[in-house]
Amino acid sequence: MEESILEMKDIVRTFPGVKALNDVNFSLQKGSVHALMGENGAGKSTLMKCLVGINPPDSGKIILKGQQVVIPNPLVARNLGIAMIYQELNPVLERSVMENIWLGREPMKSKKSVFVDHKAMYDNTKTLLADLELDLDPKQRVKELSVAKMQMIEIAKAISFNADIVIMDEPTSALTNNEVEHLFSMIERLKKRGVSVIYITHKMDEIFRVADKVTVLRDGTNVVTKPVAELDINSLITAMVGRELTEMFPKTNVPSSDVRMEVRHLEVSNLIHDASFDLRKGEILGVSGLVGAGRTEMMEAIFGLRQKNAGEILIDGQKKNINSPVDAINCHMGFLIEDRRLTGIIPVLSVKNNTIIANLDRYKKAKMFLDHKKINKDCTEYREMLNIKTPSLEALIQNLSGGNQQKVLVARWLLTDSDILILDEPTRGIDVGAKAEIHSLITKLASEGKSIIMVSSEMPEVIGMSDRVMVVCQGRITAMLDRKDLNQETIMRYATSTNGHAAA
Amino acid sequence: MNKENGFMKLANKYAIFFILLVMIFALSFLSPYFLTGQNLINVLITESGRGILALGVAFTIMSKGIDLSVGSVVSLVSVIVASMVQDPTYTARIFPNMPYVPAIVAVIVGLVVGTLVGVINGMLIAYTGIPPFIATLGTQIIARGIALIITNAYPVPMLRQDFKDIGQGSIGVIPNVVIVFAVIAILAYVLLNHTKFGKNVYAIGGNVNAARTSGIKVEKNLVAIYAFSAFCASLAGVLITSRAASGIATLGNGYETDAIAAATIGGVSHAGGIGTVPGILAGILILGILNNGLLLLGISPYLQQIIKGCIIIGAVVFDMRKNAKKR
Repeated sequence: MEESILEMKDIVRTFPGVKALNDVNFSLQKGSVHALMGENGAGKSTLMKCLVGINPPDSGKIILKGQQVVIPNPLVARNLGIAMIYQELNPVLERSVMENIWLGREPMKSKKSVFVDHKAMYDNTKTLLADLELDLDPKQRVKELSVAKMQMIEIAKAISFNADIVIMDEPTSALTNNEVEHLFSMIERLKKRGVSVIYITHKMDEIFRVADKVTVLRDGTNVVTKPVAELDINSLITAMVGRELTEMFPKTNVPSSDVRMEVRHLEVSNLIHDASFDLRKGEILGVSGLVGAGRTEMMEAIFGLRQKNAGEILIDGQKKNINSPVDAINCHMGFLIEDRRLTGIIPVLSVKNNTIIANLDRYKKAKMFLDHKKINKDCTEYREMLNIKTPSLEALIQNLSGGNQQKVLVARWLLTDSDILILDEPTRGIDVGAKAEIHSLITKLASEGKSIIMVSSEMPEVIGMSDRVMVVCQGRITAMLDRKDLNQETIMRYATSTNGHAAA
Repeated sequence: MNKENGFMKLANKYAIFFILLVMIFALSFLSPYFLTGQNLINVLITESGRGILALGVAFTIMSKGIDLSVGSVVSLVSVIVASMVQDPTYTARIFPNMPYVPAIVAVIVGLVVGTLVGVINGMLIAYTGIPPFIATLGTQIIARGIALIITNAYPVPMLRQDFKDIGQGSIGVIPNVVIVFAVIAILAYVLLNHTKFGKNVYAIGGNVNAARTSGIKVEKNLVAIYAFSAFCASLAGVLITSRAASGIATLGNGYETDAIAAATIGGVSHAGGIGTVPGILAGILILGILNNGLLLLGISPYLQQIIKGCIIIGAVVFDMRKNAKKR
């Protein structure tokens, strides 16, 4: 048995209402690459945040190099030699490579000097980069670099801390194939130096390329820890998704045949490649895929929020130019955005104003004034129809629960006479009871003939709700599955098929 | 990166200095008085106070903040210092029983009190989380009020000669105020480019999360940044008062606008993290030369304001386009 550099024992971490980690054990060998896998929300990131002191565990032990340690904040983790490279990189874009690497611990002219020693900084950076065989100018501004290069800078930074544990959170999600190869050779180099790497990923082929061992988490508990050699894709997928479908979905089958919208050869530079699909009348089309696969970006492009490089959209057989949300709304499309707190609701406005904001033209009186009587009538009607629970229409939307906020947004788009509703993660962050209500609402809308695209990361939701499921992987549509063919294994297989083919 | 791109980058980078040169060239052509030594020194003298102010304010803008209180700090320091150095033979002194205070002590008291306003600004921003705009707007009004209370809105005249010599004197041909301005400019340059503090200013403005995760003590640095801004304002207050030979509770009104304008024209980005001392100096000189040149050409001072406003807006539009292109 090789020497283990890190042991995490019986780690428990709860967030209000959720036990995110339940007695998780994890051990890391020196100089090895240990992959950490699991569905979205399985607890991978939470476990790592325990390790780097962002969310210290409620209970459990962390034993580093044979000694028990407490890691209350990121600074302590760094001093213990643990570095994390986040999925969302965090550089100071306007400053140079070397300034970013040495930020907060610049070399000084002497111990007591107040002056930064730029020459030492430059030389140190040069040596560091040469050591890692990175061809970068220490003085170049970071904003001029690609994401891959920024990542390399983060790795260099970790090495400059003498980190012996480097955590990489989905490092390849924004990289091209060549860049991925470079990253892998970098990981090899780290291994040779005796650095241990914890590698979080969803992508099957990467596991077999780069990892020595794999740990799979599911719902905050360990499922499997095995050397890669003893695993194959099927056993990994089963380990990741092997959960019972517990929730009930009020799905009524809606026979549909007429095509409402056709998307043809949609291209968005670097994000979406040759995406074509149909959306039928009265259909719920589920869109599945891993975080970062390009699902949201595809929907944004369709809705005119994102520039399309090529492709066309036909609605009811007619070609439409949709270059802005206004065009999309005029084509009777509605879009419930993924992060409703960030871009959907206007927190400080009332429920009523949030409902009508996309549709003020409808309430103009004498071309200038708003017809409050009509507004109140419509809002009351939708409040009842969608069962929005609010003390009054004048209540601020920020005081409503997530589920009710979401219903207000649905009302907003229904008011615009939307025939096509794109729902991006419609039940994220909503409690179970409200989820079921949103689900029955979606089904009801579909049965009334609305066409619905539902992007969701939750397998049970996608499988339970959809008439068909479109699977997206790395910006390509890898499968279009009929309801009868839906199961978690198949979807997961297509969602992790990195080459555009199913991985099996 | 291709050649054309490289050229455009260079042109963008030095555009502000190019504009300054064009202005100097055009004005020396249009007015025979412009390019005389005396006139240029006059420009520098007039701009020194505002320039010192602008350098300090630029630090706050670079950290993604703003300092609206500097004008009031000028006024407050003006009346405090002046009230301590009134001629003892003058009967209507603000503090009739004030004993003799050496000029240097008065100046130090003024600088300390003024800088304290900045410390308060910084602490409000760092520890209560209120936006810099609001925090410094509040202290602006408060400091102005204090200045008015001290003086009952009357000027503080008849200052001693030793105090007046500070701002009115000169070493050789170079006036003291210009020397102080140069010293502060060099200090600002060294702080920004050669100390940890400078790196922190850029990092906090550029990406405060990155700064925090890199172990930078953001709060302490914010206090230091606003203290520096107020210190510059206090120094400007002392110099302007000395030159005016009178303490005035409304002396600094509107100075914050000029300072923000100069920094902005000089390429300091309100999005934070961007700005250089040479740029700021160019911004100050552009505004100063514009004032002076339009005056020499006999253009109405009211029209000057309109032109100034247009230049500020133009500079920012240019700056945003420049930055947008790179994305």
